[in-house]
Amino acid sequence: MTAALSVDRLEVVFDRFRALKGVSLEVQSGESFGLVGESGSGKSTLLRAIAGLAPVASGSITVSGKKLGARRDKAFYREVQMVFQDPYGSLHPRQTVDRLLQEPLAIHGFADGEKRIQRALDEVGLGTGFRFRYSHQLSGGQRQRVAIARALILEPSILLLDEPTSALDASVQAEVLNLLEEIRRRRKLTFLMVSHDLAIITHMCERLMVMQSGEAVEHLTAADLVERRVTRDYTRNLLRASEGFVRTA
Amino acid sequence: MSRDPTSTLLEVDDLRVTFPTRTGRIEAVRGVSFSLGRERLGIVGESGSGKSQTGRAIMGLTPPQAEVTARKLAFDGIDLLAASPRDRRALRGKRIAMILQDPKYSLDPVMSIGRQIVETLRTHERVSQAEARDRALAMLEAVQIRDPARVFDLHPHEVSGGMGQRAMIAMMLIAGPEMMIADEPTSALDVTVQLDVLGILDRLVSERGMGLIFISHDLRLVSSFCDRVIVMYAGKVVEQLAASELGRAQHPYTRGLLNCMPKIGADRHPLPVLDRKPEWAA
Amino acid sequence: MSAEAIQSRRDWLLSERPASRMQARLGRAYVAWRRFSANRLAFLGLLIIIALLVVAALADVLAPYSPTFGDLKGSRLLAPSAEHWFGTDDLGRDILSRVIFGSRWTLYVVILVAVIAAPIGLLVGTVAGYAGGWIDAILMRITDIFLAFPKLILALAFVAALGPGIENAVLAIAITSWPPYARIARAETLTVRNSDYIKAVQLMGASPFRIVLRHIMPLCISSLIVRVTLDMAGIILTAAGLGFLGLGAQPPLPEWGAMIASGRRFVLDQWWVAGAPGFAILIVSLGFNLLGDGLRDALDPRSGDQ
Repeated sequence: MTAALSVDRLEVVFDRFRALKGVSLEVQSGESFGLVGESGSGKSTLLRAIAGLAPVASGSITVSGKKLGARRDKAFYREVQMVFQDPYGSLHPRQTVDRLLQEPLAIHGFADGEKRIQRALDEVGLGTGFRFRYSHQLSGGQRQRVAIARALILEPSILLLDEPTSALDASVQAEVLNLLEEIRRRRKLTFLMVSHDLAIITHMCERLMVMQSGEAVEHLTAADLVERRVTRDYTRNLLRASEGFVRTA
Repeated sequence: MSRDPTSTLLEVDDLRVTFPTRTGRIEAVRGVSFSLGRERLGIVGESGSGKSQTGRAIMGLTPPQAEVTARKLAFDGIDLLAASPRDRRALRGKRIAMILQDPKYSLDPVMSIGRQIVETLRTHERVSQAEARDRALAMLEAVQIRDPARVFDLHPHEVSGGMGQRAMIAMMLIAGPEMMIADEPTSALDVTVQLDVLGILDRLVSERGMGLIFISHDLRLVSSFCDRVIVMYAGKVVEQLAASELGRAQHPYTRGLLNCMPKIGADRHPLPVLDRKPEWAA
Repeated sequence: MSAEAIQSRRDWLLSERPASRMQARLGRAYVAWRRFSANRLAFLGLLIIIALLVVAALADVLAPYSPTFGDLKGSRLLAPSAEHWFGTDDLGRDILSRVIFGSRWTLYVVILVAVIAAPIGLLVGTVAGYAGGWIDAILMRITDIFLAFPKLILALAFVAALGPGIENAVLAIAITSWPPYARIARAETLTVRNSDYIKAVQLMGASPFRIVLRHIMPLCISSLIVRVTLDMAGIILTAAGLGFLGLGAQPPLPEWGAMIASGRRFVLDQWWVAGAPGFAILIVSLGFNLLGDGLRDALDPRSGDQ
């Protein structure tokens, strides 16, 4: 099995601040891999660095056996796409859903745009009734579905998910998580998913990496977490916190 | 001030909040009734359920264009809807306090944390500057800020989210309110910090015998923290039950909400989703 | 049209589920129009501007006399009367006719300046804001240099160099009025360039050129339109000022500023000679200002996309 994505001793530095301190990971093709941590742990930075949105100071990123340079080419974007955390901020406020979905097709010169837009909207469960709406006419869940459709329309093999449901209501979150799982199964996608919520990561991913202040704390499988086989105190704390408030009388 | 644990602090009967818009009137809260003693009451609902507007209406912070009506809205026997704006202002902060989600927006960015706490105290009580400072420092210590003297002089942007929320709690509790409304007080915080803040809130509320209304979208967190839970949907209360009884919730909405969250160890693919019935909103 | 038909048309425009690109666009325009027309003063501004356009278009029909030839013998400096509503000037020309024809020149100046200055400002500002770094530094320092001089003085210098005439006045005003637009466009660009929706377009592999042109510029345009409209009054006044100083429109062109300049000599005894074009400038400036204020409320994305 080849690694769809591998990151080797990656360092990201913003104005002298080391946001990532030599993080390595390997995601197999078709696998769903989770990154867990609190704010400032560097989990989102890692995702953004892979996407080319954060300055890489050293280390390397390899996608499907090809090492990435400082500049990403168009082929990269057809391989890797991303869904952002905030569905209210990730859709252009002056564009209709139709325009949003057309843009990637226009950039990459696809001719069968009409059919692809239809299919993408159907796939995320929106249907054509939503096609000519502006983002302010959509609910949070619908917006996130549009964002997923936009990421899928170029038919990537790797999807980077940056807390895709943390801004959504619990019931909508369940729908979006189900949709993501179904899409992954159908398209045999590789997921790299970031979340602060251990329960979501264990639900969605087979393997995960716990992060803290720019470093990897430990690598686990979902089964490890379920059976509480964790070695580090930090992870244990996260696990305890995910069970809710316990009154210490 | 009587701190009789059985007395009713707040009575809400048929509370309605309506917003006039260009396309018609939007009823954000449609006849909510409950009463609060010296206990922890959770109000849970998803966005648009009217839970925050309920809290704001009680605080008197509803936007001016909206209309608030109720058969009864009384705090400790004072009719809040009949009270003059001045009386309500006096109640706010002194006897009723509110904590909002993000301390960054609720604290004044150009004033040091200590001064904000001192100012809050001095608007409600006539105390000397020195005494106010001592009490502010003691309050910062009570919210488990390790080095109160240092934090006293910091500005809000110089502290972390968890620290800011603690400072906010200190500011709200300094005048010794009898009732507190906390609107998503920990949603912007990391999970571990969240529990620390909740622990502080919990201890202060029980030590001082306050009534607490805890507004949140997180049903599981609320049920682990509160004594009683009110579940709201589309501006109405769909279910009211003891937190310990949550497992025996009757309403399909409550059960759906509980069910649809991923749990560690529960292998459910796909997750059960909520099938919203129009009659819930009726 | 029956009330029902109007209602159904309104429903179609306000539909939450537009069925075509066209319907979505019209619906959006309709919402902006409703917000705009709810503002009475803005509506008044719009009426003034429409009136200006109509007068300019129909000047040949509306003007009772020729704007350039007067009766030197019998009708010099006549006071307003039924025959000459605004009186006549020192060359016996009917001032009403000159004001009517002058509207063409006013529009000519205003439109040309807007068409030249706004795109320059938009381009400079968005490119500087999006590129950042040294490109930003260079472009903004150039902008600062232009901003450092008072507008009229700089325009004067340009006209002095280019030679007097209305075309050169337009050019000079355009050259001096783009820097504020560049500033606005840059500020707007800085607020959106780090947003997720711009990042998302970057992640599709869009070129910087495409991002600026198709995703950032449309966001800057509404605040720019507002600013340009509000500036129209200033442009008219600058053009009038240049005309007044003899560096803009040359006689016998019926340009309002030049008319005031030539009426200056009789302003105490024959006030109408300078007063009529002055009043016209006042009304049109007011119209543009009211319109601009209304557009700001209707177009400003911050005033709520609902």
